[in-house]
Amino acid sequence: MMEISQLTKSFGRFRALDQISLSLQEGQAVSLLGPNGSGKTTLIKSILGMVIPETGTISIDKQIVKRDWNYRSRIGYMPQIGRYPDNMTIEQVINMITEIRKDKVTPDRELYEGFELDRIRKKKMRTLSGGTRQKVSACLAFLFSPDIYILDEPTAGLDPVANEILKKKIVKECARGKLTLITSHVLNDLEGLTSHIIYLQDGKVRFYQSVETLQELTGETRLNGVVAHLMQNDLKNKENIPC
Amino acid sequence: MLTLSKYVLLDLLRNRSVLIYTVVLGILSISLLSLGDQSSKGLLSLLNITLLFVPVITMLFATIYFFNSLEFIELLLCQPVKRSRVLLSEYFGMTLSLSASYIAGVGIPLFLKVSGAISWMLVITGVLLTFIFTALSLLVFVLFRDKTKGIGAAIVIALFFTLLFDGLVMAFIFSFSDYPIDKPLLGMMAFNPVDLARVLMLLQLDVAVLMGYSGALFKKFLGSATGSIFSIACMIGWIVVPLILSVRIFRHKDL
Repeated sequence: MMEISQLTKSFGRFRALDQISLSLQEGQAVSLLGPNGSGKTTLIKSILGMVIPETGTISIDKQIVKRDWNYRSRIGYMPQIGRYPDNMTIEQVINMITEIRKDKVTPDRELYEGFELDRIRKKKMRTLSGGTRQKVSACLAFLFSPDIYILDEPTAGLDPVANEILKKKIVKECARGKLTLITSHVLNDLEGLTSHIIYLQDGKVRFYQSVETLQELTGETRLNGVVAHLMQNDLKNKENIPC
Repeated sequence: MLTLSKYVLLDLLRNRSVLIYTVVLGILSISLLSLGDQSSKGLLSLLNITLLFVPVITMLFATIYFFNSLEFIELLLCQPVKRSRVLLSEYFGMTLSLSASYIAGVGIPLFLKVSGAISWMLVITGVLLTFIFTALSLLVFVLFRDKTKGIGAAIVIALFFTLLFDGLVMAFIFSFSDYPIDKPLLGMMAFNPVDLARVLMLLQLDVAVLMGYSGALFKKFLGSATGSIFSIACMIGWIVVPLILSVRIFRHKDL
């Protein structure tokens, strides 16, 4: 569904992405892992067209994405830090995005209701706590039932109840054959959610494997254990894991 | 684009600074126009206020606003909208609201006290200057990543065109006074939108000869009509060129 080939991006001398090639299919829930500064957010932002890569292409359903901004109507994006205009209320932000997207679908208000945003819809964005902003971001990402979800640290800052609601929603959407790309440092939150893991380091893909294969390879069952094992052992002799 | 501009306008209307700007302009123009009996004197003072205040305040306010609305722009850019559309709607929302303040603050008192072609000209000049300096702030916004640096650059640009440029022209005139420099001087005027605005107004006021070198030159060489058309064309260039440049740079900017 999404094909990334030879993607390279540098900021000055620093290579944030180095010849990244990936192929993602529908129905996959892919976790994008890696240490800080490994290029996760840059990769996501390149997919969204917010960062313009130097070389390489990104294509969605065989259609190369470059100047054609229309493809973004197929993506729901939840940013790491949701930044919104201070003076707008929750309701206004949601209405504005709805007006801009012009999608003909009926809005998916499951998260809006689940998070009980209706009670605080008149509140200004400036007055919201970090967690509530995250809820608004999640709401916006899922509002238009897009084909691809890109969630950057979705669970950071959410309370346990909201966390559960969001996780259930992600599982449900994956079951409907959507592609989900998640980054998170809280591996526990990804447990039972992900089907594949991409590990980025220094702007390169270290491995891209399904969770089952990795579990077999490492002999660990929990995601935490799997990743810890890989980071400690196999990264030293990287050739062990086939990409 | 209309949808986006609408939201920018709504946001600006909630912003008190635009209102304060309108009120200050209104108080200035009412007091200047009721000072003496001669409306032409009041008009001249109002012109000087316009030439100094509009560039500096427009430039500063627009730059700060653009940098502050970075979040808004980021939010929009993950949606299916064109980059240039987002940028241009920011521009038009901003420039239209500032022009509206100018028309309300200066235009309405003018039309009440002194109506006629000259008042129209002053309002058009002020609106053109607003468009030009908002376009320049947009350029500053896309060129700089850092807000502080951007605002610094905005101040420098505004002061350069309102104060420094005239000094340079004077130095040029003094050092080349032995040569026929009238024509090059005319060309130089085109590089300063504030001078263009001044010339545009002075040609209407019949005091062109009294108001410095540039006005006299324009009157002598171009005559009233051609001079006005020339300066308006140059001013439109000052709007269009920064806008095109900003859109081009913004297309490749990482956010």
